[in-house]
Amino acid sequence: MELFLQLTLTGLTNGAIFALVALGFVLIYKSSDVINFAQGELLLVGAYLIYAFVAELGFPWSVGILITLGLAVVVGVLVERFVLRPLIGEPIISVIMVTIGLSSLLRAIVNAIWGTYGRAFPAFIPSTNVYIFGAVVPADRLIAIGLSLLLLGAFTLFFRYSPDGIAMRATADDQQAALSMGISVKHIFAVAWSISAVTAAVAGALVANIVGVSGDVSRIGLRVFPVVILGGLDSVPGAVIGGVIIGLLEVYTGGYIGSGLSQVLPFIALILILMIRPYGLFGEERIERV
Amino acid sequence: MQSGIFHASYQKDMAFRHTPAQFIRLGLVLAFALIFPFLANNYYLTLANQIGVAAIGAIGLNLLTGFTGQISLGQGAFMAVGAYSSGLMAARLGLPWFVTIPLACLITAMVGALFGVPSLRLKGLYLAIATLAAQQIIEWLITHWDALTGGVEALVVPAPTLFGSAINTDFRFYWIILICLIGTTLFASNLLRSKVGRAFVAIRDQDIAAEVMGVNLFRYKLTAFAVSSFFVGLSGALTAHYRTIISWERFTLETSILFLAMIIIGGLGSISGSIYGAAFMTLLPAILSNLGRGLEDFVPAMARLIPFLQQAAFGLVIILFLIFEPEGIAKLWRDVKDYFRLWPFSY
Repeated sequence: MELFLQLTLTGLTNGAIFALVALGFVLIYKSSDVINFAQGELLLVGAYLIYAFVAELGFPWSVGILITLGLAVVVGVLVERFVLRPLIGEPIISVIMVTIGLSSLLRAIVNAIWGTYGRAFPAFIPSTNVYIFGAVVPADRLIAIGLSLLLLGAFTLFFRYSPDGIAMRATADDQQAALSMGISVKHIFAVAWSISAVTAAVAGALVANIVGVSGDVSRIGLRVFPVVILGGLDSVPGAVIGGVIIGLLEVYTGGYIGSGLSQVLPFIALILILMIRPYGLFGEERIERV
Repeated sequence: MQSGIFHASYQKDMAFRHTPAQFIRLGLVLAFALIFPFLANNYYLTLANQIGVAAIGAIGLNLLTGFTGQISLGQGAFMAVGAYSSGLMAARLGLPWFVTIPLACLITAMVGALFGVPSLRLKGLYLAIATLAAQQIIEWLITHWDALTGGVEALVVPAPTLFGSAINTDFRFYWIILICLIGTTLFASNLLRSKVGRAFVAIRDQDIAAEVMGVNLFRYKLTAFAVSSFFVGLSGALTAHYRTIISWERFTLETSILFLAMIIIGGLGSISGSIYGAAFMTLLPAILSNLGRGLEDFVPAMARLIPFLQQAAFGLVIILFLIFEPEGIAKLWRDVKDYFRLWPFSY
């Protein structure tokens, strides 16, 4: 029972981090139908920027985070303007490949500046242990849970009530119709990418706090695919619930069956979900049978 | 000046080469391929062999992605299946390479068809993610199924022998690769002008229309996966026998991405483009590292930066080609030919 409680808590907290990363994916997909294979590298950039400002340049951490978030907006807008916008209307493989190319480029830039060896993340996010019913949870994971719930709420409200959010949904649904209603699709894409980059920077800081500042931060980008597919690529609550389910699945298989299997089980689940419900648990059903 | 190429018979229309210039070019390319190994030193032979092996894999992937429109991120894993099945049969069972390589190709074709089953319900983005999962699953199997593959340990494959002499130099292996590459090119080109090839292209262009016109999607999509994986397996098996030491690290997701980059930069849906792309992506890091070493005297930091330079260039060429020439080198080459054909009236 104690093991179960511990595993459940660990799974929930891992899931919260997955959810944070997945939210960035969902945001871009929801507005522009682009799946961003460079999401992991956006995390990497965010983590290294915070590291640079706080640990290397000695800014107070609150200032460092603010500057990083500002730069993340710039990165998001630049990426959208110079990489994605020329590809509007191109086939899906081009869009996939361009984000893959982007991921390679971003990783190369980060590695060229900071090298490939791992570093300790500046300790401003507390990672002391918290005891809940006898199970141990590091405090930074609790922050992750709090943050992803906060962002979930914020995004839900954003998509429901704010003009930009509504315009984003309209753009995702039909770009031409949105354009003819006076929505600036370019503006919407830029907003989506910058918000996504900001989310990634926040998630990057949390992941870096756990695994250290190194190339490993970007690896989570790949592990999040089962999450977004399970939850539904265009669903904000789906990202959070998918994150929790995959997080629990990984931890339970790791704890009860063996740690080797926990790496691959999400991907087996991914193929099964794709075969049964490709649009995921909460995604919008677009039926096209071939 | 030419105003066009006109065919008076079906035979001429179906021919691979139409004009004398095309025959001359083909002859020159073949003559170069035959003379090259006698002139080149080991460094260039190694590069040529790498290009040849990559080109076979790229043609395989192009059959699936470029012609049938099924995006696959599982190329690296399928190569691993080819490499490991051929390598294991040669190392553990002692079978000769000319038996293990075809068997490995068949095994890879079957595995490819198996992982192609999701393509019947998925397409585009979702298929890409499903093949990504296939990549992860196969990679995991190779690193964790210790009893069969030796896990994360490298697998040593005996060098192939023919008539008692070992084919262990780049010069000797060059001929095997050349024969395989020519065979692959001929097979793929001929496949594409058959009923099967037309079905592939129909599925790529509009799958629902293809189905309505009587193309059996189930059969042809699986055929595409199987045929494509066959050549990808060949590429993997050749890698195993050429390198004689293989490990799973050679066949990761990055390999899949590298091959996708080859066919995009070379030209989607073009056999010759696959070869150009394979050559480009193999030569690019080599040229960059030579360039970097040349600059080391002026820029001391260069030695540290070379790997990152290669990685950045890899990403950058993908982005630049997709933005400025989505049809790849094959299109660039066509443009050059058109320019000279129509000169001085080209615009």
